[in-house]
Amino acid sequence: MTAVAEQAAAVPRLRRRWEGLPYWLILPTLGYLAVFFAWPMVQSFRLAFQDIGGNWSFDSVERMYHDADFKKALYFTLLLVLVIVPLQFVLAFVMALIVNARLRGGGLILFIFIIPFAVSDLAAGLVWQQIFTDAGYLNTILQHLGVIDQPKIWIDPRHGNWLLGEVVLAEMWRSTAFVMIILVAGLQGIPKEFGEAAEVFGAGFLQRIRTVILPMLKPALQVALLLRIIFAFEVFASVTAITGRAKTTLAGEALRWQGDLLDPHVAAAYSLLILVLSLVAALTVVRTLRTPKEKMLR
Amino acid sequence: MSLRAPWIGRTLLYLLAFAMALWVIVPVYFIAIGAFSTPDDLYKYPRELWPHHVSTGALSFFLHSTGTIAALERSVMVAAITLAFSLAVGVPAGYALARFAFRGSDAFRLTIVSTRAFPIMILAIPLSVTFIRWGIDDSLVGVAIAHTALALPFAVLTTSSVFAGISDELEEAAMTLGCSRAEAVLRVILPLALPGLAAAAIFVFIISWNDVFAASVLTLRHRTLPAQVLTASGEAPLPYRVAGGFFLLAPSLVVIFFIRKYLFNMWGRVVK
Repeated sequence: MTAVAEQAAAVPRLRRRWEGLPYWLILPTLGYLAVFFAWPMVQSFRLAFQDIGGNWSFDSVERMYHDADFKKALYFTLLLVLVIVPLQFVLAFVMALIVNARLRGGGLILFIFIIPFAVSDLAAGLVWQQIFTDAGYLNTILQHLGVIDQPKIWIDPRHGNWLLGEVVLAEMWRSTAFVMIILVAGLQGIPKEFGEAAEVFGAGFLQRIRTVILPMLKPALQVALLLRIIFAFEVFASVTAITGRAKTTLAGEALRWQGDLLDPHVAAAYSLLILVLSLVAALTVVRTLRTPKEKMLR
Repeated sequence: MSLRAPWIGRTLLYLLAFAMALWVIVPVYFIAIGAFSTPDDLYKYPRELWPHHVSTGALSFFLHSTGTIAALERSVMVAAITLAFSLAVGVPAGYALARFAFRGSDAFRLTIVSTRAFPIMILAIPLSVTFIRWGIDDSLVGVAIAHTALALPFAVLTTSSVFAGISDELEEAAMTLGCSRAEAVLRVILPLALPGLAAAAIFVFIISWNDVFAASVLTLRHRTLPAQVLTASGEAPLPYRVAGGFFLLAPSLVVIFFIRKYLFNMWGRVVK
């Protein structure tokens, strides 16, 4: 509060006549978010927990739970998050270190690394489907290399783990750039002298990463983890594009209930489940990261 | 790199960089050569790994499929309306955050940032119910309203960092010389902020262009391009899926080139 007061005292007289102005300027944004963000969220809640007559009921939640695809979708969504996020953080960290090393041609490398940043999950799914499809690019390459003599079926509903791997690759390809960008921004905030000092005292490369870079990168890692885990729970289009109907996710089910089955109540129940799961998962992970010291003492 | 011989570490780093660049670029290359070949070539196995006969065959197959052009027009329209809404509502708030130390500004910023934690599903599903009541279901404006709810927080935060990068002494000088604040902003600050605002605009555009979920839920016969492609992709012939994938991906390649400078400003600030 005092900081604000000091700042306020420092602004010139011209400005103080306008004390109400900032509130008028943010009013449209607040209004918009209230009507088209906060209110729909309340509505979601009511859709999920009220029946058509407006009475409170768990009917929609029960229908969601007893649907044949519910456990399938829940399991596959959790599995995707669990596999993708740790792998992509390793990948993003390596990429961020490469960007930060300022190699020759670094501008081009950076541009290539961030290409997938603005690619949608649907587009990524279609791209990777063309790699794994029967007459696709993976089989073509393997055939040229002489590894196979006839196309292998990679997108095979009987092999759930293969489908998982294919979606994981597509999603890692698409969403790692986002993590990398936050980590690069974090790395740039670490003074170069820190690493140099550690080097002078004989710290090797890996030791410098462990003792200097990772601890200093923690705020960036936390932000990236928080956001990435939340986004990872929303995935569906790449799964549809690659596996067809063989695999489904919570978001995919929300879309099916709303779009095909025209039941916004169950769809809202799915979307609330996504919200709760993603927030709990993200906050748990970030919280665990926050206190490694105390854990070591125990 | 403090491996024994520095050049070994350096070489390893270059190799690693090269490998990572391949991992990103090769899938883009595949979909691009696929999209620029004839539909017949796509059905051949093994596929061409080098563009021997470049052709717009697959792309024109996609564009001439029923509904593609109309869906493309709708996507552009929705993105344009989203852009107009987001900037009209968000720029003043971005300016306020950058220029005024007002009580509650931190809470406002936090509110804006925390909207990112909510999945699009939770907005789109109730909005589809509301829009039926309002008579704007299956309409471009409806989709744009939902997209604006997604893009507005981005617009506010980005424009705020753009304005923060322009010295407020310029405004004060203009105001001392007799401009009102509005005139000072319009004549002095906006021209300087234009490149940054353009980057913010491109960003908003891409958020709208990439959305599949809200568009699929809020439209039925008037699909945007991604919603249309998602619906069609299950049964669509191979050239449609290849060219469609490339067509959805292509704008992001161009866009990234123009906004790469701003990406780090935008996300670097999230960390601090």
